[in-house]
Order: sequence, then structure tokens, then C-alpha cells
Amino acid sequence: MSATARGMSIGRTLRHMPATAIIGFVLIAAYAVVTLFAPVLAPYGQAEIVGAQFEPWGGPFPLGTDALGRDMLSRLIWGARNTVTVALLTTVLAFLLGSVTGLLAAVFGGWVDMVLSRVVDILMAIPALIFTLLLLSALGPGIGNLVMVIAVLDGTRVFRLARAAAMDVMVMDYVEAARLRGEGTWWLIRREVLPNIAAPLIAEFGLRFCFVFLTISALSFLGLGLPPPLADWGGMVRDNAALITFGDITPLLPAAAIAVLTIAVNFVVDWMLHRASGLKD
Amino acid sequence: MLLDIRNLKVEARGEDGWTPILHGVDLQLDRGEVVGLIGESGAGKSTLGVASMGYAAPGLRFAGGEVLLDGTDLLKLPPARRRPFRGHRIAYVAQSAAASFNPAWRLLTQFTEGPLIHGTATRAESEAFARDLYARMNLPDPDNFGLRYPHQVSGGQLQRAMVAMAMACRPELIVFDEPTTALDVTTQVSVLAAIRESVRDFNLAAIYITHDLAVVAQMADRIKVMRHGREVEEAPTRQMLEAPEEDYTRSLWAVRSFRRPPRVLPEDEVPALRASGVTAGYDRGGDVLRDVSFEVPHGSTVAVVGESGSGKSTTARVITGLLPPRLGQVALNGQLLPPRLADRTREQLRSVQMIYQMADTALNPRQTIRQILSRPLSFYRRLSGKAREARLRQLMEQIELEPNLFLGRLPGELSGGQKQRIGIARALAAEPDFIICDEVTSALDQLVAEGILRLLSRLQDETGVSYMFITHDLATVRAIADRVVVMQHGRVVDSGTTSEVLDRPRHPYTAELLASVPEADPDWLTRRIAEGAG
Repeated sequence: MSATARGMSIGRTLRHMPATAIIGFVLIAAYAVVTLFAPVLAPYGQAEIVGAQFEPWGGPFPLGTDALGRDMLSRLIWGARNTVTVALLTTVLAFLLGSVTGLLAAVFGGWVDMVLSRVVDILMAIPALIFTLLLLSALGPGIGNLVMVIAVLDGTRVFRLARAAAMDVMVMDYVEAARLRGEGTWWLIRREVLPNIAAPLIAEFGLRFCFVFLTISALSFLGLGLPPPLADWGGMVRDNAALITFGDITPLLPAAAIAVLTIAVNFVVDWMLHRASGLKD
Repeated sequence: MLLDIRNLKVEARGEDGWTPILHGVDLQLDRGEVVGLIGESGAGKSTLGVASMGYAAPGLRFAGGEVLLDGTDLLKLPPARRRPFRGHRIAYVAQSAAASFNPAWRLLTQFTEGPLIHGTATRAESEAFARDLYARMNLPDPDNFGLRYPHQVSGGQLQRAMVAMAMACRPELIVFDEPTTALDVTTQVSVLAAIRESVRDFNLAAIYITHDLAVVAQMADRIKVMRHGREVEEAPTRQMLEAPEEDYTRSLWAVRSFRRPPRVLPEDEVPALRASGVTAGYDRGGDVLRDVSFEVPHGSTVAVVGESGSGKSTTARVITGLLPPRLGQVALNGQLLPPRLADRTREQLRSVQMIYQMADTALNPRQTIRQILSRPLSFYRRLSGKAREARLRQLMEQIELEPNLFLGRLPGELSGGQKQRIGIARALAAEPDFIICDEVTSALDQLVAEGILRLLSRLQDETGVSYMFITHDLATVRAIADRVVVMQHGRVVDSGTTSEVLDRPRHPYTAELLASVPEADPDWLTRRIAEGAG
């Protein structure tokens, strides 16, 4: 009976979903398919030189070739896989880091909160992009360093949200009731606090994913992102930027791919935030 | 006829379309007349009240009827032409003055805002009027009172300043929406007196919304009883109090008559709980409690009364171990309780349980009733499977809720009274010796509150548990308590059996508390003011 009730409530949720959220979901699903099946969908390999430089659209290369004669369409498809995977990994890591420390700060309070918050303040005091560039030049480029540096810096934002949301919950009487019962910290975090801050955290996950995605693309554009010859959208804009002067829109395609995904994620996040705030009422 | 509301229908936006919440209500009001709206929460009192200003809260819409003010139908006016009425000819006084004032501006600046916007007075005229009103409201130093910021005055003074502000444009009609509900009884009297006098002096029409019968009896010429968005009955105040026609009205009137039958408590050497010489305070602040001592005998109910800030809730925090005392100790069944929560054994934690005032925040909104009630059973009693399920059902029956209907629900799907019952069941699940009830009925409607009081006394008879009952409502004390502890400024000023303390008050503060509780007698406030003056 509860299964049917749940099914009905999902059905109702879908019926009341605004058009923008549906568009967002469809676009995200499309990106997910491209990401998962890139090797099947892409006509050529991402590093494979298959033609002359800057070939026009049409023929064997629907979107032409790039500065080194690699197929543009194939690189766009592989780029989805590389950029999205790295962004997702980074965001997940940032969330694990930020929400665990944020929850600990809120639940323990006192000096734990003091130390964690001051560390975060220091990290946030330096402009993020400059700090990222600085750290990457010090540690050297590479996917591992890239993921770690962005995860730590973006984790600070997650920390602040998780801490603030958890502190609102910590003052609730039901948390006090659990404390009076003698529950341990782990129970408090897992059963009393986490379910009640899940909605804002999930919404933040979507937004954070966009920011991480844009940061990685920006770093690639600056030459500190994914190492060549891996295809990634930010780097592809830079590689083919010369074409713009000839009135060719090809370099804008990877930029459009970034923009469309960002907008799609924001549509979905907006809708989830709306629902989350509605629940609070 | 100043205000004439005819067949007003209002609808609320729900999950599946619009549902009616006012089903065609009429209300007539003349100049100089006060009508009281009374009923439980959800009866549509406030919706009707603000509808007289042509206003519907977000999520609500007018679905029919007319709101005629001096012959103009406010509902037919475009919003821009409706606005000049509000604040100017109709004013509104909300329940929480603290939330209604802008904390960044002085009281006087906020007072003059309305008259300046509506162009009814110059700044100088308006400020002079403010000083006049502050004096009428018996506010301290009326000439300079308006120079203060909202946080610099007390709750009762702020509420009176709010009433003054509502009169700034010399309106013809004022809507009072539970203006004294959030105040202590001792401050309530002064606000009620101020409202009544100014309504008379300025020949205002007023709508007075409240759930407290005794309050409305002081204020209104006529009373309209509402329920489920419909009018139950309407009559002049005295007639309504003496001879209500409808059963529902009679049940509202009868609520205050609940008295627990007097009991003979066994004499015991060792009380269930004994607090001796407790002095406590927060962080580096001063002492909030000073040398507090009292006893709760086995199977008895001890009410701790006093106004807000008197230290009632702090006492509860000391007993539960959330706030270790600076001096003194707490003993349960003769055994000293460790002062810190972390040092208490699971058995000691189980013995002391707590029921909260706000059932909304006391139950985790993401856990089902089954999860909420199962946890103490498995945590303290290590029950699981069938044994736990059987105990769950037993608990639900004890609190008079159908297990099959409620165990699977989330707290958000329950009414206020049902949530409070779940809070009681959670405390009971631990099979405690001692339960602290912190204002458990003050957020509930009177009928629902009475049900909770009956339930608590029945459970005490069945299980022999002892209650410490924190409250500021003396009617509740008389209904349920065996003994009373009166607190003021963190000290115990009086204690004894309920009849000793309340029938022949020995301490002046107890006498003041008692005298401040409104009675369902239309002449009570007049008498009270006369006594205060004499």
C-alpha cells in the first residue's frame, strides 16, 4: 500500500513539474547518454588526426575538423565524457568534504567549529580562480591535482551551506529530544540532521556542478585544465578561436555545449529549490 | 453601517485546485462597535478579519461576496484604489508586535510613516498625536518614548505602541488579530485596557479576533463564533455568555471547567524528584536561577508557574542535564543525578522524559510516527520485531490514536493536537518515572488542550508517573496540578498544594498573577482597572 502511495506521489510530482524542469531533465538525460556511450556515438577517436586542418562542415566530418585535423563532432562527444566526468567527480568530492566537515562543525560546535570555520575563511579569502591557478602551478597540472584543488576550494562553499543548514536543524526540539535520549553523534547526523538538510544540499549540488564545470572549462581555456590530447570543451574553444575571425561559428559549438548543460542543470535546480522551500512552509 | 460583509467566500490553493475556507460569511459593524470573532485555529477568523480590508493572504483568493466599507465594495476596486483605504481608514494590529515593527527605525518614525504617505497630517502634527496616544496608552515618558527603537522596549509596551501606530491615521475601523496572545497575563491586562479605552475615546469600530473567551468578553459588544469557515452563531456578549444556543459554543464555554478530581497522595519519604539549592546560569552570564528548591512527590503533578523569564524552562534544562547547575543538585528517587547529560547512564536518561511546547519542532518532520516511537523502544528496552510492534500499538491506543491510520504517517500529516499526543507517546515509550511537560498546551486550541490535559491525567492514574508541569496558564494549573511552585526572577517565591497557593495567595506576586487572569465576565476588566486605580 505504501508502494502505491509513493508511486502516486511521484506521478503527482511529475504532473506538477513546470515545463522548464522537464526541459532541463530531458537535456541532462541527453548529455548523460552522450557521456555514457561516447565510444559508440563518436565516429572517430578523440586524438585521431583524420583530415586536413580546418575542413569545412559536411562530408565525412559533419562539423568539420580542428586546427590539427581532428574530427570536431567526435571531439565534442568525447569532450562531454571527459569534462562531465571530471566535473562530476570533483563535485562529489567537494560535497563529501564540505558536508561532512560542515555537519561536524554544526553538531560539535565549540572549538571544532572554530577551527574548521577559520580554515574555510582563510581559503575563501583568496579569489578562487587566482588561488586555483596558483595551486595548480605549484602542484603541476594533471587530472588528479585539478580534481583535488577544485574539490577543496569548492568544498568550502558546501561547508558553509551544510553548516548553516545543520545549525538551523540543531536548535530544533527533536534534536534536543534525541540528545536527551542519549543518542550519539553519528545518529544525530544521520537520522535527525541529514534528512532535514537534504533538499538544500541537493539543490546546491546542482549549482556547484555548474560552477565546477565552468571552472574546469575556464582552466582548460587558460591551458591548465585537462592535459592534451584529451578533448575538453574549454580547451576546444581556445584551440579553434582563430576561426572566429573568419566568421566561422565552429569554436562556439563547445561553448554552446557548456552553456546548454549549465542552463539545463539550473532549470532543474530552480525547481528543486522551489520544492525545498515549499516543504519548509 | 460602516462595514458590511455579505456572503463572503474565500478559497485556498491546495495540492489539487482551490478549496473553500470561508463558505459565505456575513459581518456587520457600526461605528463605535466592537465585534469579537472567536473559534479554533483554522476556523477562518483571521481570513475574515483581513478580508474586511479587502486583503487575502498569498495563496488565498476571494471567490464571491462583497466587502462594503461605507458603501464601497473593496473587492471590486482595482488594487491601486484599494490601497488608500488600508492604514488610513482601516488599520490592522497583528499578534506579534516584535515581528511587525522594523527594528532599524525609531518607533516615532514608524508612527508617522502612515500619516505622511496618506497625507493626513504633517510630521509635526503626527508626532504630537503620537505623544498624545503614548500618554493615553500609559507608556512611560510619552514625550520621549517614540525616540526608542523597538528592541529597547518591553513586549507589552511594544504591543501598546503598535495599537497607537494603528491609530496614527485616525482610522474608522481597526482589526485586532490576537494582539495579546503572545503576552504574559500580567502584561496582557494593560494592553487590553489601552485598547478598550482608545476604541471608546475615538468612537472606532473594531474587529477583535481571539481564541480566548475571557478576553473577548472584556472587549466585544457582540461575539461571533466561527467554525470550519462558517458562522456558528452571533449574539450580544452577555447573551452569548449566559445562554449560548449552539452545542459547539457551549463546548467552547465548558472547556475551562475541566477539573481533575482531587486525590489523596500517598505520603512518601523519598520524592520522585528533589531539586535542592539549584543555582544556574548560561555561559558567563549572571545567575538565571537562584537557590531553587522543590520536590515532586511520586505520582503527583507539580505545576511550575511564572511569567516568561522567571526561570521555569531553565529549571527544566537543569533537571534534564542540558545545563549543569553552578550550585545545588537534583535527585531522582533519592539518587543524585549527575549534573551533566554526558555522565548519565541510559537508565537515568530513560527515567526523565520531556514533552515540548511546540509539537511542530519536537517531532522530526522526516520520520514516520512508527520510526519516532520505535526508537525509544529499541534504544531503552531493546524491543524489536513483533514485541515492538505490539508495544507500538499499545502506545497508540493509550494516546487514543488509531494505530493503523497513524503509524505510517509523517508529522506534517497530523493536526496540532495529534502531534502533541505523539510527543506524549514518545515520552511514555521510555516508561519514565518523571516527565517534564513544558507548556504542552499553550500552543493548542482550548478544546484540544483540554483533551491533552484529560489524557495526561488519565495516563498518570494508569502508570503512576510524576509530572513537572511548566505553564503560565493558571486555568491549566487548577485543572491538573496537585502542588504549585511559583517562580519570579529565578527564585521560588511560593509553593504548596494547589488550593493553598491559589485560593489564599500568600505572596503578592501570586496574587498579581491570579488577579491578571481574565475571567469570562464582561465586567472583569472594568473591575480590574478600578482596583488598579484604587
